[in-house]
Amino acid sequence: MKELKLMKGNEALAEAAIRAGCDGYFGYPITPQSEVLEYLSREATARTGMVVLQAESEVASINMVYGAAGTGKKIMTSSSSPGVSLMQEGISYIACAELPCLLVNVNRGGPGLGTIQPSQGDYFQSVKGGGHGDYKLIVLAPSTVQEMSDFVKLSFELAFKYRNPVMILTDGALGQMMEKVELFPQQPRTNEIYPWATTGKKHERERSIITSLHIQPDKMEEINIHLQEKYRTIEKNEVRFEEVDCEDADFIILGYGLVARICQKAAQLAREKGYKVGVLRPITLFPYPTDVIRAYSEKVKGMMVVEMNAGQMVEDVRLSVEGRTTVDFYGRMGGIVPTPEEILEAFENKVLGRK
Amino acid sequence: MNEKQMTAPDSHYEQMIAEESVCTTENIVYEKPHTLTDTPFHYCPGCGHGVAHRLIAEVIEEMDIQEETIGVAPVGCSVFAYNYLNIDMSEAAHGRASAVATGIKRVLPEKYVFSYQGDGDLAAIGTAETIHTCNRGENILIIFINNGIYGMTGGQMAPTTLPNMKSTTSPFGRDTNSMGYPLKITELIAALPGTYYVTRQSVHKPLNVRKAKKAILNGFQYQKLNRGTCFVEIVSNCPSNWKMTPVESNKWLEDNMLPFYQLGDIKVPKEEIK
Ligand SMILES: Cc1ncc(C[n+]2csc(CCOP(=O)(O)OP(=O)(O)O)c2C)c(N)n1
Ligand code: SF4
Ligand SMILES: [Mg+2]
Repeated sequence: MKELKLMKGNEALAEAAIRAGCDGYFGYPITPQSEVLEYLSREATARTGMVVLQAESEVASINMVYGAAGTGKKIMTSSSSPGVSLMQEGISYIACAELPCLLVNVNRGGPGLGTIQPSQGDYFQSVKGGGHGDYKLIVLAPSTVQEMSDFVKLSFELAFKYRNPVMILTDGALGQMMEKVELFPQQPRTNEIYPWATTGKKHERERSIITSLHIQPDKMEEINIHLQEKYRTIEKNEVRFEEVDCEDADFIILGYGLVARICQKAAQLAREKGYKVGVLRPITLFPYPTDVIRAYSEKVKGMMVVEMNAGQMVEDVRLSVEGRTTVDFYGRMGGIVPTPEEILEAFENKVLGRK
Repeated sequence: MNEKQMTAPDSHYEQMIAEESVCTTENIVYEKPHTLTDTPFHYCPGCGHGVAHRLIAEVIEEMDIQEETIGVAPVGCSVFAYNYLNIDMSEAAHGRASAVATGIKRVLPEKYVFSYQGDGDLAAIGTAETIHTCNRGENILIIFINNGIYGMTGGQMAPTTLPNMKSTTSPFGRDTNSMGYPLKITELIAALPGTYYVTRQSVHKPLNVRKAKKAILNGFQYQKLNRGTCFVEIVSNCPSNWKMTPVESNKWLEDNMLPFYQLGDIKVPKEEIK
């Protein structure tokens, strides 16, 4: 029987972590995502024995994640923009040491302490690296509370499949809003022992060492080449996106996360006015759906990207399009969520206005 | 290590050792623990890090807990501790070893978990993690190598550098007016209810080495009681950056470090483990 519930995005995500058989959560309170830590503190340990620990800072939580993920357990943390900035050194270490784990950023408006309202200002930080060195996170962008739940399970699958940290990049609005969600059934915690993990050196195996230090440049280059090969495999296998009314479209609007839903409404309004507009929503921000965007760029008369930032993902759209069509941008910043009407107006002014 | 020990054995001994009759298992009085790898230490001659590593290896071997132990190496001269200790280990970002150890111990509560950290790592960049790990009473052992200097980066001032002590960033001696005072973090954390066993030892003389080993042994054994954090400081040397010979550095340690960082137990548990 289906298990349907009305839940806040943050709570659906926390519930999904318990049900996905997560072994440990380490985090620090920050609005607009504190419900994740609160919900888990209330629910998790009694139900599955999952470890839940409030750390003294995000610096500490990400390093606890590093230590715990190194044992091969299913480990996660969540935070919002300023906290995720503090984690960047640790994320870089985790990426290099190839530790599977889930990181959640419930994006709020910046820069600086900014605002607790929703934003997509952390796209570059999430997708282009964020910390030092050449590394990539797998980045998933949910657009519904349902996906806030489903993507937790998917994240752990991808993290262990590729031994790579996965980030769910969402925003304060999705974290706070309530929607109907169908919960997946409880999965057991697995206790699987991985040969690379630090679980105590057994006689029959070499010692496991979790490190990102390779002082010889040729060795460090080898590690980098290996990481890049892994990222290329991920690009080949894991691209996810959603298309709405794109087949016959003359124009395509692109947006991710919550914004994509607002774009769909704007596209409907545009169709009512007689313009054939479709919406393409990247679900994986890395790997990016470059190929499908390129394919549409051969067919359509123009594209427009909508974001809750000053224009970040638009760069990846332009890199995909490579000048084959025009790519306009409309953004709101500082915690403001655009309305369908203003997106429609921007479409008319910017995209149609060119013709 | 003193100068006499460092000279090669004379030819008489070499000849004796070569004779098979001497090389029997009954005659072995000292050997490398199998919890140390065959990789030669990269430490400078006379450095306390090597002695401390050996003590950890001996304790793990004697307790027979190689399969149950996970160590955390810091950023500092001992960053490569995992190349020498033949156990599962995790390298940590600078200052975060106790947070990494917390993560490991929380999900593997049955294991023995320890961090090994220098003074810059533990008492400067990692102060918050150190204090909160101890305040939560994580059931881990923290081994703190205090050599009063940043060894790895070439001899800069550490939080533990003594007043008037010279370093590359206090070239005229540490001026406490502008550079602050040496931090006795061990006394600080001993005041926290989360710590169970806190002691300060050294490895500059054979007797001290034996006491330090006992302290490390206690620190491992107490973990099974789940009563809180064990903390073993080892006052150590850095001949290279102190710009002294190993012998001079040990003398300097005794004359200057020990009056300020006094050796001995700071917090002892009520119940002793037999
Ligand atoms: C975030 C960061 N800052 C600075 C450094 C550079 N660094 C490496 S080791 C070290 C100091 C180590 O001193 P200590 O902890 O006392 O260890 P020792 O080498 O003396 O044993 C510093 C500052 C670094 N690796 N990472
Ligand atoms: S620099 Fe100092 S602390 Fe580092 S190995 Fe040499 S003597 Fe030891
Ligand atoms: Mg030092």
